[in-house]
Amino acid sequence: METPGELAAALDRVGYLVDEGLATAAFLALRMSRPLFCEGEPGTGKTALAKALADALGTPLIRLQCHEGIDAARALYDWDFPRQLLHLRAMEARGRTDDAEAELYTRRFLLARPLLQALETPGCVLLVDEIDRADDEFEAFLLEVLSEHAVSIPELGEIRAAEPPVVVLTSNRTREVHDAVKRRCLYHWLEHPGLVREVAILRRRLPELTEALATQVATAVSRMRAAELLKPPGVAESLDWAQALLALDRPILDAEAAALTLGAVLKYREDADRVVAKGLDALLA
Amino acid sequence: MTDPLPGLAGFAAVLRADPVRVQAYLEALSHVDVAEPSQVYWAGRVSLCAEPDDIPGYDAAFAAWFGNVPTRTTGNGRTRRRTTVSAPLVAPMSGEGDGEVPELNVAASDTEVLRRRDVTALDGAALKELLATLRTDPPLRRSVRTRRSRRGRLDPDETLRELLRSGGEPVRLRYRRKRLRPRRLVLLIDVSGSMTPYSDALLRFAHAVVRRSPPSTEAFTLGTRLTRVSRQLRLRDPDQALKAAARAVPDFAGGTRLGETLRVFLDRWGQRGLARQAVTVVFSDGWERGDAALLGEQLARLRRLAHAVLWVNPHVGRPGYAPVQSGIRAALPHVDRLLAGHSLATLDELLTEVRRA
Repeated sequence: METPGELAAALDRVGYLVDEGLATAAFLALRMSRPLFCEGEPGTGKTALAKALADALGTPLIRLQCHEGIDAARALYDWDFPRQLLHLRAMEARGRTDDAEAELYTRRFLLARPLLQALETPGCVLLVDEIDRADDEFEAFLLEVLSEHAVSIPELGEIRAAEPPVVVLTSNRTREVHDAVKRRCLYHWLEHPGLVREVAILRRRLPELTEALATQVATAVSRMRAAELLKPPGVAESLDWAQALLALDRPILDAEAAALTLGAVLKYREDADRVVAKGLDALLA
Repeated sequence: MTDPLPGLAGFAAVLRADPVRVQAYLEALSHVDVAEPSQVYWAGRVSLCAEPDDIPGYDAAFAAWFGNVPTRTTGNGRTRRRTTVSAPLVAPMSGEGDGEVPELNVAASDTEVLRRRDVTALDGAALKELLATLRTDPPLRRSVRTRRSRRGRLDPDETLRELLRSGGEPVRLRYRRKRLRPRRLVLLIDVSGSMTPYSDALLRFAHAVVRRSPPSTEAFTLGTRLTRVSRQLRLRDPDQALKAAARAVPDFAGGTRLGETLRVFLDRWGQRGLARQAVTVVFSDGWERGDAALLGEQLARLRRLAHAVLWVNPHVGRPGYAPVQSGIRAALPHVDRLLAGHSLATLDELLTEVRRA
């Protein structure tokens, strides 16, 4: 792919619509072999971007979901102790334990966790999801893997990626990620799409959705985003909503259909109350 | 044709960006069509910006250098405010000590007397010295991570490892226990007009607390708008940190819209995770110009997210104080403790409460 436009077209073919900014950001991340650091409101398609990139490039997606307390044993590699133990017993039974160590610490007994898997899968897309949920110590260690594209395992030696993975990091900004990590990355802030693009996304993802219904859903959702809600709905919620309407065989979004399916788009009682109090007719008019 | 690069690099110099980022920016430019303004815009934005608050500044610089910002294809352009308006930091009132608390302990040492004196009656040097004596250890919580211990839960991994070392013979059992980690502490400081005498001292106090455990402590100022000052307060030198914070806060000694700014805090930061399970301290006298009902509603929201909500009101320490201000009355049902914060001794008590919360 030679231009951001070509990448946008490739992402379009796998059902992910991008604007020029995101296309340029992703294009540069590929060309410069730098991780792409995506931030934005929940439901703006940060995680979906990584999936679409993997589909468009025809490479596997490896996902590392961060959480509090994630450590090297869960993100990088771990030794398979039970298997090592069994092997040791088997060796004993055969009466040869002199070269036990050399035989026990081989690649065969190493469990590859997502980061190591990504280094061993040439050209794959590595998604480090919600990095802000991991502890700050984890960042330092992630930084090492991201900048060197290699890990060193004391018992085994260094494992280096033949071809560095395409890395996408996402964050919901619950915590500030360390500058050292951000400096290695390209940064992109994702926003909710405009009305026209949201209609296009809905129709692209749900082909059986009519233009009219897609427009109704997108209009109502954009009005909800403008109303001051605790959790403004993202694209993921519009998709859920449209899907709910399809499942109920509702060809148009009227007040009755909206009342039945509001739970697909608003996830807080206060938000639902506020929208209902303002009048569902006003939302849909 | 002239080489466009020097002009493009000059733009990065205008932004005074980090050299590592400038390098990334120049590399990014080599991959895009520099004749296309929108490509130059995006190449710069993804390489030079590091957070959403950087984007308005980047846009402004881009417009100044290249003429205009290419129209953004994304829709609902929520304007993000930029905190550049500078405001002088108000010097603490010195001398008078009109709101002074009676000194109880006659035989106390000088420090002890000063510790109980209202902070508005202290000079800068004394305040600095006293702040250094505070015990600012962060509150703790149990982490999901564990560490080796003599007691606690059995550690199968480590026991197996031990087994492996001795060739599969049964050996000592190993145990693990939960580690302790600092719990997040969020300081929300009212810097409106009525709090002016205390703003400087409270920000200095916040600096001392932030410096003790920077990753787990966050500080914001409340007034007519919300400003995050955690970054500025992480500077080592207190005077520099305070200057930086003063530059960032556009609404020093202005009005108060506590409910509204608290709502912005919860929407932009709190709900996403910053206030979740955190100890939250609000420093305010509770003079609300806006709707007190909104303040109550937002505090109820904060209470549901946070581990504990403490309210510090410098006037609580004054004799004859009664919580009658509309803001305080709306807030009180949702607050775990209402504390005084007018002297170093009371701030010390606050820190004890924070650790205990």
